[in-house]
Amino acid sequence: MAKWMSVAQVKEKIKESSAEEVTAHYLETIGKSKINGYITVSDKALEQAKRIDSEGHNGPLAGVPIAIKDNISVAGLPNSCGSKILERYVPPFNAHVIEKLLEAGAVILGKTNMDEFAMGSSTETSYYGPTANPWDLERVPGGSSGGSAAVVAAGEAPFSLGSDTGGSVRCPAAFCGVVGLKPTYGAVSRHGVVAYANSLEQIGPIANNVTDIAVLMDVIAGYDHRDSTSIDCETEYQKALVDNVKGLKIGVPKEFFGEGIHPDVEKAVWNAIHKFESLGATWEEVSMPNIKYALASYYIIAMSEASSNLARFDGTRYGFRGSGENWHMMVSKTRAEGFGTEVKRRILLGTYALSAGYHDKYYLKALKVRTLVKQDFDSALSKFDVLMAPTMPNPAFKIGEKIEDPLSLYLSDINTCPINLAGVPSISVPCGLTDGLPIGLQIIGRPFDEPTVLRVAYTFEQNTDYHTKRPPEVA
Amino acid sequence: MITKEDVEHIGWLARIDISEQETVEYMEKLNSVLGYFGQLDELRTEDVAPTYHVAEIYNVFREDVVEKSIPQEVVLSNTEHKQDGAFRVPKIG
Repeated sequence: MAKWMSVAQVKEKIKESSAEEVTAHYLETIGKSKINGYITVSDKALEQAKRIDSEGHNGPLAGVPIAIKDNISVAGLPNSCGSKILERYVPPFNAHVIEKLLEAGAVILGKTNMDEFAMGSSTETSYYGPTANPWDLERVPGGSSGGSAAVVAAGEAPFSLGSDTGGSVRCPAAFCGVVGLKPTYGAVSRHGVVAYANSLEQIGPIANNVTDIAVLMDVIAGYDHRDSTSIDCETEYQKALVDNVKGLKIGVPKEFFGEGIHPDVEKAVWNAIHKFESLGATWEEVSMPNIKYALASYYIIAMSEASSNLARFDGTRYGFRGSGENWHMMVSKTRAEGFGTEVKRRILLGTYALSAGYHDKYYLKALKVRTLVKQDFDSALSKFDVLMAPTMPNPAFKIGEKIEDPLSLYLSDINTCPINLAGVPSISVPCGLTDGLPIGLQIIGRPFDEPTVLRVAYTFEQNTDYHTKRPPEVA
Repeated sequence: MITKEDVEHIGWLARIDISEQETVEYMEKLNSVLGYFGQLDELRTEDVAPTYHVAEIYNVFREDVVEKSIPQEVVLSNTEHKQDGAFRVPKIG
C-alpha cells in the first residue's frame, strides 16, 4: 500500500481490499515510527474498521483512518493534553467533532503528541517526550499540534485534527510540509477540546492536500448547541475547490516580512505570490501598523484565559493528585508536580496580568490592542480578497535550541497569532524547501470566507508540485 | 519589575507550590516576558474599546430542557479518591 494516500485513494483502497486492511497498514507504519507522534495508539481501531466492513457504512469517511490531537476528547481513549496532570484520565464523552467523524464512518487511529496543554510551538513541552520532524529527526515538528502534523507528513495517518490558539495548526503544518487550516472563530464547535484560551482557539484539520482539508471541514464544521460561539454558516467546503484565481486581489502585509525572516522563506513566499500573478491575480503591498503589537497582546490574553481555564486541574475529580495535609496544600502540590514548567509560567503570568493593580495595565490593555489589530485586518480585508505571508519566519529549528528561552519561542508565533486575535480563517500550504526543510505560505481570508481561502490554496496546489514532496528520512 | 514576594503571592493565588530556588528562576523568566509586554505602553488606547472575543454573539438563550447526563459512577471513574458516591478531598484548612 502506498505510504502517502489522499482520502480519495484511501477510499479506493478500502473498496479494493477492506477498511480493516487499510487500518492495519497505518497501524503497521505507526509501529515502525521514528518520530514519537502518538501518545496513545487506539486498541479499538481495528475493531472499529472490522465493524465498518461487516456492517457497511454510507458515511463520507467510511473506514478512513484519522489521528486526533490529545486535547480533543475521544470517549474511552486517554486524553492527556501532553501533561502529567491528566495522566490516565479517560474522558467519558466524545467531543462534537469526534461525534461528527464517527457518524461519517472515520476510524480513530490514536491520540497525537502536543505541547503540554497546547502551550508551545515545538512539541517539546510534552510530558511524553518531544516529537521529531520527519524531514530531519533532530528538528522540532513545530507546535503545539506537532504530533498531528508529523504523523501526516510521515504517512502514519492520511489526515488529522489539531487545535490552533496562536498558530498551533499552521506552525507544525509549515514545519512538516503539510496543509493546515485554522478555521474562522465559530466555524467548528469547541465542545470537547480542553480549553487553553477559548476566545482564540479553533479545532483545525491537517492533511497532505487542500482537498482533504475541505473533506474534513464538510464533516466537522457547523453549529453545536454545546458551544454557544459556534455558527452554522451552511458552507459547502468541497464546492470551493475550483482552479481559478482570475481577478483575485492579494494583499501582502509588509509587517509579516519583518526583521529576522529567513531569506529563503521570503523568496519562496514571493515566488508563490508571483505564481498567483501569472495565474491572473493581482497583488499590492499593504501596511498593518498594529501587527507589531499583536504578539504581546496575544500572549497576555492567552495566559490570562489559561490561568482561569486551567484552574479546574486541582487533583479532585480526575488525573494526578499530589499529597497535602489540607485541601489548599493538596491542590498546590498537585499543580506543582502535575504541570510542566512552561504551563506553570503561563498560569503565573496570566494570574499576575489579572491580579488587582495589574488588570488594567496588562489584560485590559491587551484587549484594547486586540481591537486595533482586528481593525487592521478589517481594513486590509476590505480592500483585498486574501492576504498572503510566510506562516513561519524560519524553517524548523533544532530540538533543544529555544526551549530554555521562553521569549525566543514566543517570537516564533509572530506571523500566526495575529490571525487568532482577529478570528479570521488562515491556511498554511507548502511553498518550497530550504536545505531540505519545508516552508509554509499563509493565506488569510475574511471571516467565514473559507471558500475563497480554500479556492486560492487549491489553485496553488493544482499549479505547483510543492505538496507532492515527501520527507526522505521516513520514506 | 516582579519581585520574589510577587512570585510567592501569585503562586499562592494560582495554587502552585513554588520552592525557594524556583522563585528566583521564575522571577527572572517572568520579568523578561513582562519586559516584552511593556511595549504595549507605546500605544495610546484611552478611546479604544476592548475586544473580549470576535464572535458577533451576545446573549445566547435556549429552552431549559432536561437532557441525558453522564451517570454518577462514570463521573467518579477517573479517581481513586471517592466515598459514598462523592469525591473525597482533605479538609479545607
